[in-house]
Amino acid sequence: MITTKIKRVLKAGFVNFWRNGWVSLATVLIMAMTLFTIGSIIFSRALILSTLDELQNKVDISVYFKTDAPESDILLLKNSLLKLSEVKNVEYVSREQELKNFKERHKDNALITQSLEELGSNPLGAALNIKAKNTSQYASIAKFLEDALKMEGVGSIIDKINYRQNKVIIERLSKILDSSKKIGFSISLILIIISVLVVFNTISMAIYTSRDEIGVMRLVGASNRFISGPFVVEGLLYGIIATVITMIVFYPLTMWLGPMTESFFGRINIYDYYISNFAQIFFIILSVGVGLGVISSLIAVRRYLRS
Amino acid sequence: MIYFDKVSKIYSNDPSGAVLIDVSFTVEPQEFISIVGQSGAGKTTLLKLLIAEDKPTEGRVFFGSVDIHSVPQDELSVVRRRMGVVFQDFRLLPNKTAYENISFAMEAAGKTNKEIADSIPQVLELVNLVDKASHFPNQLSGGERQRVAIARAIVNQPDVVIADEPTGNLDPLNGWEIVQILKKINELGTTVLMATHNKSIIDSLGKRVITLENGRIIRDDKKGRYVL
Repeated sequence: MITTKIKRVLKAGFVNFWRNGWVSLATVLIMAMTLFTIGSIIFSRALILSTLDELQNKVDISVYFKTDAPESDILLLKNSLLKLSEVKNVEYVSREQELKNFKERHKDNALITQSLEELGSNPLGAALNIKAKNTSQYASIAKFLEDALKMEGVGSIIDKINYRQNKVIIERLSKILDSSKKIGFSISLILIIISVLVVFNTISMAIYTSRDEIGVMRLVGASNRFISGPFVVEGLLYGIIATVITMIVFYPLTMWLGPMTESFFGRINIYDYYISNFAQIFFIILSVGVGLGVISSLIAVRRYLRS
Repeated sequence: MIYFDKVSKIYSNDPSGAVLIDVSFTVEPQEFISIVGQSGAGKTTLLKLLIAEDKPTEGRVFFGSVDIHSVPQDELSVVRRRMGVVFQDFRLLPNKTAYENISFAMEAAGKTNKEIADSIPQVLELVNLVDKASHFPNQLSGGERQRVAIARAIVNQPDVVIADEPTGNLDPLNGWEIVQILKKINELGTTVLMATHNKSIIDSLGKRVITLENGRIIRDDKKGRYVL
């Protein structure tokens, strides 16, 4: 008998959804807008995080060595740096590679190119590019290096540490990163709250128009569960259909914006992100849609089931 | 089987006019009772108290041996299934066909699909609506809507059919047809309680008449006529 009851409730929900026509459509569209907002927040977050990541990567400490510094000593320093917990990785750039990079960077500068040719030999020393796990940790790495500079042996092979010059930028960047994340979080929260309230209100109003019928169903002897069941099923349907619509809308949208995000933000192409994370995005949006629909319907119907 | 025990109803925002004052009467099984009175006499309120749509200020209403208003909320729906109610404004579910309106009452009572498929054609025949089963309420005339409402009221074979001004929104011919259906139901063994101010119907029935005036019962005649 339980399965018959469930079947009846499901059927009633589907039939009511269909027969309510325009009201159902309007509610689904409003829910789709809410889910679209949430999806946009997901994408924006990915963009911001990826950009911040990129920026973080651009920051590093470079240690430039004297031209006569033995490679074995440089590699020794590299290993001791790698042992530090703040260090993410250390890249060893040989003298030849440094020269190559330098030529490439200044290939449009005729004066520099000519001067290099005049010189004949490689004026550059090798370098170590050190990346920290977090921009706030560069200070302690710099201190380590400055202490190393004071030591004999190591101190003699180091030519220059390029951090103090970037210190201001690095610190400012850290601050911007933190505030961006916080502002992003607050904006997202406000947007989500607003759109949830809008959906809740829309569903409440749709059920409000059925208040007389709910009263009739009570007088005819239907139990509260039998009355509210179909409304909850309708809420479920709103969520599912709105999710499908949202996911479909995002497809051409991300395809169109993809190349733009790649060129503007750097590494991330929003279309690729969408496709490769399709399952998770779908799951998040579906959960929100269904949760919203079901809970809003339940709360709204309850109001008319209490005498 | 129904017993009103010194029932009064006073609305708190209108202490001057009590709607029902000290109403007591008994309904025996298989009786057909008409409750008559002018507008405002208290007929609808009396029926509302019986179906627990409202609570009495004083006194108690018994259905079977149960005090209706002491029944907890979640069990009330079970009690209501033993009553079939018909209203002046029909109160059909607008998004369901005639057939579905009637089957809703059976589904709410937990009847099986087979029972539903067997009962509804019979009941549609009783009210003469077999060919309108798949129509929606807005596609039916007033008389037809009321007949669907009656079919819904009787399909679960209730102990009593309660009709509040069932002919109020109908023309005389349709109204007469409705009352004939109620008579037939009563002859088949169901108790009927009908509130009305339709004189000709009362006079033609020749059944028990309870007359209300200003909230009190002033007459209770076994073979009553419409006398005010």
